[in-house]
Amino acid sequence: MQTPVEPTSTALAPESFELVRGTSLWQDARRRLVKNKLAVASAIVFSVILLAVLVGPAIIANTWGYTYDMTNSEVVYQPPSAAHWFGTDQLGRDILVRSLIGGQISLLVAVVASVVSLLIGVTYGAISGYLGGKVDEAMMRFVDILYSLPDIFLIIVLLAFFSKDLIVLFAMLGAISWLTMARIVRGQVLSIKNREFVEAARAIGVSTPKIIFRHIVPNTLGPVIVYTTLTIPSVMLTEAFLSFLGLGVQPPLSSWGTLVQEGVGAISVYPWHLIFPGLMMTVTLFSLNFLGDGLRDALDPQARAD
Amino acid sequence: MGTPLLSVRNLQTSFFTREGEVRSVDDVSFDLEAGQTLGIVGESGSGKSVTSLSIMRLIPTPPGRIKGGQVLFGGQDLLKLSDRQMRAIRGKRIAMIFQDPMSSLNPFLRIARQLTEISELHLGLDRRAARRRAIEMLELVGIPDAARRIDDYPHQFSGGMRQRVMIAMALSCDPQLLIADEPTTALDVTIQAQILELIKDLRERLGTAVILITHDLGVVAGMADRVAVMYAGKIVESAPTDSLFARPAHPYTQGLLRSMPDPLQEVAELYQIPGLPPDMTRLPPGCAFAPRCPHAAEPCSQPPETVAVGAAHRSACWLNVRSETRA
Repeated sequence: MQTPVEPTSTALAPESFELVRGTSLWQDARRRLVKNKLAVASAIVFSVILLAVLVGPAIIANTWGYTYDMTNSEVVYQPPSAAHWFGTDQLGRDILVRSLIGGQISLLVAVVASVVSLLIGVTYGAISGYLGGKVDEAMMRFVDILYSLPDIFLIIVLLAFFSKDLIVLFAMLGAISWLTMARIVRGQVLSIKNREFVEAARAIGVSTPKIIFRHIVPNTLGPVIVYTTLTIPSVMLTEAFLSFLGLGVQPPLSSWGTLVQEGVGAISVYPWHLIFPGLMMTVTLFSLNFLGDGLRDALDPQARAD
Repeated sequence: MGTPLLSVRNLQTSFFTREGEVRSVDDVSFDLEAGQTLGIVGESGSGKSVTSLSIMRLIPTPPGRIKGGQVLFGGQDLLKLSDRQMRAIRGKRIAMIFQDPMSSLNPFLRIARQLTEISELHLGLDRRAARRRAIEMLELVGIPDAARRIDDYPHQFSGGMRQRVMIAMALSCDPQLLIADEPTTALDVTIQAQILELIKDLRERLGTAVILITHDLGVVAGMADRVAVMYAGKIVESAPTDSLFARPAHPYTQGLLRSMPDPLQEVAELYQIPGLPPDMTRLPPGCAFAPRCPHAAEPCSQPPETVAVGAAHRSACWLNVRSETRA
């Protein structure tokens, strides 16, 4: 963490300190982030994609009247044109709309998994770390057990067994995504719980849950934010992988994984079918990863040394 | 004299480590009247902080455990209370300030949030009232422009200012007892004097009893009504402050006093007590100070008795027993 700079001279009267407006940790981090050109560019690119994915389908439906599941046998396998910017697929569906809808699904999966990882992972890790001792031991061994399960294999089996329902996919990705978060938060809490301000909080009679969630968890936010921004792309990739195998999102709904899978079949003749959704996914993943790296450098400048 | 505000009886707190049991506080007893100040003096590891943490029941368990004794506060044995009852006392009736003001404030929360937490908790104030109370307290401890500074973060305050904030927090609920665990150790000398002056002033205004834990005899001399000197988990001498400084009875206290520099006297070398503080896992069976004591003799292999050597002045040394029988 940061080492506070202390005035070395006592000649400086306490009164003169109020003239200096200090910066908060957040302001400091923001300044470092803004200096990181790659991170800023990534943030902008990601915002544009996010905006397009969210409002794009509605605009297209209003302008051209295409929806993601509207087939048209007269415009099968069209190359990119003014009417269909990204071209059309084997059923004459507009690939731009399908890519945007696919983006919605991919991002939704990622967000759900991240929220689960935040809620369960942070709570679980914080409780385990703060209580310590046997409770910690038991809770962390449980995480170890889940960790050691071959998760992708498990997801494939469960998706094949139950149904290829989106809900099952969400639940499964959520269930595996909180494990690392729990470990990260626990480690942070272990180092924070012995700090004096925690003892001071106990000394004024604050209850254990309040100490954990008001005094300790906010101090772990740096690593938590960083890990979350890196979870989102990794979950998106997993979803794409499962959809590519035909186990994730089912047609006519699309995700980037599904679209890429459809595109691969026709790659030599109709390359746009693969290139455009693939490009959108790649750009999104790149920008999220760069943004995550930038946030890590901004929130934890000392970790940069290596 | 009625019943004392705080009466610690035969308190024993141990830490169980790999090297064995460490009796950090071993059979400690003392009383504190309402509004009075008790100084607890001792070297690092003598058990003075553990004593105060035991009173607050803040000993980390495991590895620590309060093994026995009583802490009677206002007639209640704190060691018998449930955690919930204890939480209601912490901060409201007994407050504590810590050694290092740099790390006792949560760096992520604004001063306002940290100051209002205690009065929302114990006085049941709503946000706005708690905020008013917090500003009042900051003004009381001498923070200029309190209404504006309350929304700052801890790192925007200097060390002395942070200790003032900690004192404001501690005194928010008008506690009957304030435990100050080396409140000035981390501060430089001029700020030290200011903070001590502040504690003294507030003690008089609010009528709070104070336990002042320190290794600085100079601090004790100016603040405390009574002093207890601790060595290796035991109180070796306790006396009214004047009596202790005028007639130290225990060789350890004498050594401590001799090792204080006297600005009026020029000496070639400052006296220091020979040897090192004892290994708490392997204390000698008798007097723990004997290996470093210039008066060590054969009876010191037995635990010394605590005897009265003056009015309310008690010391735990065979020397005092002998001189008493001789007199």
